Amino acid sequence: MDYVAHDASDFAPPAEVGEMELYHPKTFIGKYIWSQDAKVIAIQYAITAIGIGLVALVLSWLMRLQLAYPNSFSFIDPSSYLQFVTMHGMIMVIYLLTALFLGGFGNYLIPLMVGARDMVFPYVNMVSYWVYLTAVLLLVASFFVPGGPSGAGWTLYPPQAILQGTPGATWGIILMLVSLAFFIIGFTMGGLNYVVTVLQARTRGMTMMRLPLTVWGIFTATVLALLAFPALLVSAIMMLFDVLLGTSFFMPAIVSMGQQLDYAGGSPVLFQHLFWFFGHPEVYIVALPAFGIVSDLISVHARKNIFGYRMMVWAIVIIGGLSFIVWAHHMYVSGMNPYFGFFFATTTLIIAVPTALKVYNWVLTLWRGNIQLTVPMYFAIGFIFTFINGGLTGLFLGNVTVDVPLSDTMFVVAHFHMVMAIAPILVVFGAIYHWYPPRSGRMLNDTLGKFHFWVTFVGSYAIYYPMHYLGFAGVPRRYYAIGGTNFIPESAQALNASITIAALIVGVVQVVFLYNLVWSYFKGKPSGSNPWGATTLEWQTADTPPKHGNFGKSLPVVYRWAYDYSVPGAKDDFIPQNVPPRDVIPSSSKT
Amino acid sequence: MFHHLMAKPWVTAQGKVDDLYAGGASSALAKKLALKVFLAVVAVLFFLLVTAYGSRMAYEDWRPTPQVNLLWANTLVLILSSVALQWAQYSVRRGRMDAMRVGLLAAGAFTVVFLFGQILAWRQLGTMVYFDIRNPAIGFFYLITGVHGLHLVGGLVAWGRTAAKVWGDFDVAKIRQSVELCTTYWHFLLLVWLVLFGLLFTGDNLDILLKICGIR
Repeated sequence: MDYVAHDASDFAPPAEVGEMELYHPKTFIGKYIWSQDAKVIAIQYAITAIGIGLVALVLSWLMRLQLAYPNSFSFIDPSSYLQFVTMHGMIMVIYLLTALFLGGFGNYLIPLMVGARDMVFPYVNMVSYWVYLTAVLLLVASFFVPGGPSGAGWTLYPPQAILQGTPGATWGIILMLVSLAFFIIGFTMGGLNYVVTVLQARTRGMTMMRLPLTVWGIFTATVLALLAFPALLVSAIMMLFDVLLGTSFFMPAIVSMGQQLDYAGGSPVLFQHLFWFFGHPEVYIVALPAFGIVSDLISVHARKNIFGYRMMVWAIVIIGGLSFIVWAHHMYVSGMNPYFGFFFATTTLIIAVPTALKVYNWVLTLWRGNIQLTVPMYFAIGFIFTFINGGLTGLFLGNVTVDVPLSDTMFVVAHFHMVMAIAPILVVFGAIYHWYPPRSGRMLNDTLGKFHFWVTFVGSYAIYYPMHYLGFAGVPRRYYAIGGTNFIPESAQALNASITIAALIVGVVQVVFLYNLVWSYFKGKPSGSNPWGATTLEWQTADTPPKHGNFGKSLPVVYRWAYDYSVPGAKDDFIPQNVPPRDVIPSSSKT
Repeated sequence: MFHHLMAKPWVTAQGKVDDLYAGGASSALAKKLALKVFLAVVAVLFFLLVTAYGSRMAYEDWRPTPQVNLLWANTLVLILSSVALQWAQYSVRRGRMDAMRVGLLAAGAFTVVFLFGQILAWRQLGTMVYFDIRNPAIGFFYLITGVHGLHLVGGLVAWGRTAAKVWGDFDVAKIRQSVELCTTYWHFLLLVWLVLFGLLFTGDNLDILLKICGIR
C-alpha cells in the first residue's frame, strides 16, 4: 500500500508561469504542410526518413545481387557498386535512423511524455524539418548529376573521396558534403528544441527522475548529437574547401593517374579523427533512444516496473559520456601509436559495463513479469537477443590484435549491422506497433505484425550470422567481386547467395508492414485511449489521437513515476502518472 | 544534476518532494537556456577547429600563417561592439531607452566594421608573397575567421530584429530580454575571437602551449 498512496494530500502548487501561447493554423497548408505542431512534424520526419530509408534498402538489394551473382547484372559495375555502398550506409545511419529516432519519435513523444502542449520553439521546429528535407533532396539530387553520387564509402575518407577515379568525385561528393551540412544545421535547430523542452517545459510534478526512460534516451542522445555533429560539420566544410578552393587540409602531396596534383601538406588521418569523433557517438545517438524505448516497451508489456530505474538512467548518461572517448577504435588500422590503441581498447571495453548493466536490467524486468506476448514485446525481446549478439562481436573488434585482421572483412559488416541496424530497427518496429494506437485511434493487425516480426527476425539472422563466417574466412568488405582468391573457399559463394535470398525476403516482407500501416489506419480495430494499460502521459490525453495542444483544457499533474505496474494493493495492474493517490482504487474495492 | 540523479522516484518520501515541482517555464527562461545550449554547441565547433589546427601543427612541415597586423584593429573594434551592447543592456535595465538605442546601434555598426575589417584582412593575406592556399595554416585562417564571421552575421539577424523594435511603442520586458540575449551572444563570440586570435593568429602562442604540453 505504501507505494500506492503516499500521504501527501495531493498537493500541487500553482504553476509559476502561464501556459505557452499556441500557434493556431487556419488552413490545410498551415496545419499539415508548414505545420508547427510537433506531432505533425514528427510524422513529416518519419515519412521522409522511411521514404529515403526504402531507397537505401533497394540499394542494399542491388549490392547483395552483385555479391551473390557476380557479373549477372549489366547495370551494376564496380563504380555503381561503390556508390550503392556509400549511399546505403550514409542514408541508413544519418538520414533514416538519426532522423527517425530524434526527429520522428523525439517530436512525437517528448511533448506528450513530459506533459507539454508542444515543443518550446514550434517555429524553429518547423524550420528544422524543412532544412532536413532540403538535405535529403540534395542527397537524392546526387543520383542525377554527372558522375552520380559519391562512391567513397560512407566514411568519405580522403584523399580518395575527392580524387578522380573515385565515383562521384566531382558533383557527388560536393552534394554529399553540402547535404550533410544542411542536415546538421537542421538537426541543431530540432535538437535545441528537444533539450530545452525536456529541461524547461515539464508539467507539474514531472521531475527529471519521473521521466520515462524513452525521454531520457532521446534527451541524452540529443545532447550527444549536439556535441558530436560539429565534428562532422567541421570535416565536411574542410573537405569542401579542399575540393572547391584547393586548400590542403586533408590532401597530402599526391600523384594521381600519373599526375602530380596541386595539393601539399594535408593530413588524411586528421579527417579520420574528426569523422570518428562524430562517428562513434553517432552509434549511441541511435542506440540510446532505442535503449529508452525498449525499456518502456518491456515494462509495459511485462506489466512490471523497470528493474533498476536509477541505474538505467545512470547507464544512459555514462554511456553517453564514454562514447566521446572511444572514437579511435575505428582507426586501429590507420597506423596510430600503439599506446593510443591500448587506451581506446580499454575505454571501449569499459563502455561494455553500463551497456551490460542495461541488458541485465531488461532481462530482470522480464523475470517473473506478467509477460504479454504482444507484437511490441516480440520486437523488444528480439532486440535484446540481437543487441547481445552484436555487442559480443564488438568485444572482439574492440581489441586491437583481433581487430587488425578482421577490420576489412565481412565480420565488421556483420557486427555493425547486428548492433546498429537490426537491433535499433527492431525497436523502431516495436515502437510503431506500440504507439500506433494513440496516433491513429486504431490497432495494427496482430497476425500481420507477428508474421512481420518472425520473418524480419529470423531473416536478419539468416543474413548476418553467416556473414561472420565469411569474415573469418577472409572475405573482404566493399569489394565488387572477390575474383580468383585462393584462400577463400568456393562455398563462400553459396553462402553469399543464401544471404542475398534472405535479404530479398526480409526486404519484401517490409511491404506487409507498410500495408498493415495503411490498412489499419482505415480498417483496424478501434484501440480506445489506452489499449496496453500504460502509465505514461501520452496515453492519458483528452482525445485519441491527441489534438493540437495535446491535453485539452488543462495540463496533467504528475503524482508518480512512470512505472507503477502491478502495484501491491492496487486494483488495476497499472496506475497512470497523473492519477492522484486518493483516486487509486485499492484491490479490496468491489467497484 | 547529480542531486537529481540520486533521487529514488518510487519511494514515498521522494514522492512528496517530487509533487512540489511546479513545472512549466517562462518563454524567457526557455530562450536563455536555448542560447546557452547553442553556445555550448558553438564552443565545441571552435574547440574542434583549434584542436585540428593544433594537431596539424605537430607535423614537421608546418608553416605558420603570416602575421596580419590589421587583426589587432579588428579585435579592438569587436571589443567596442561588445562594450556597446553591455552599455545597451545596462541602460535597458535602468529604463534609459535612448541610451539603450545608442548602445544597440553602435554595437551593430562596430560589428559591421569588424566584418569588413576581416574581409580586408583576407585580401591582405591574399596579396602577401607567403600566400599559398595549399599551406594548411592559411586554409585554417580563412576557414576559422569565416566560421566566426558567419556566427556574427547570424547574430546581426537577431540584432536587426531587436533594433527594428526599439522605435515607437514597444514591450520593454521583451526588448530587455532580446538585448540581454544579444549581449551574451556577442560577449561569447568576443571571447571566442580572443582565444582564436591569441592562440592562432598572433605570435607562436599555440606552439608554445603545445611544447609545454609535450605534444610538439
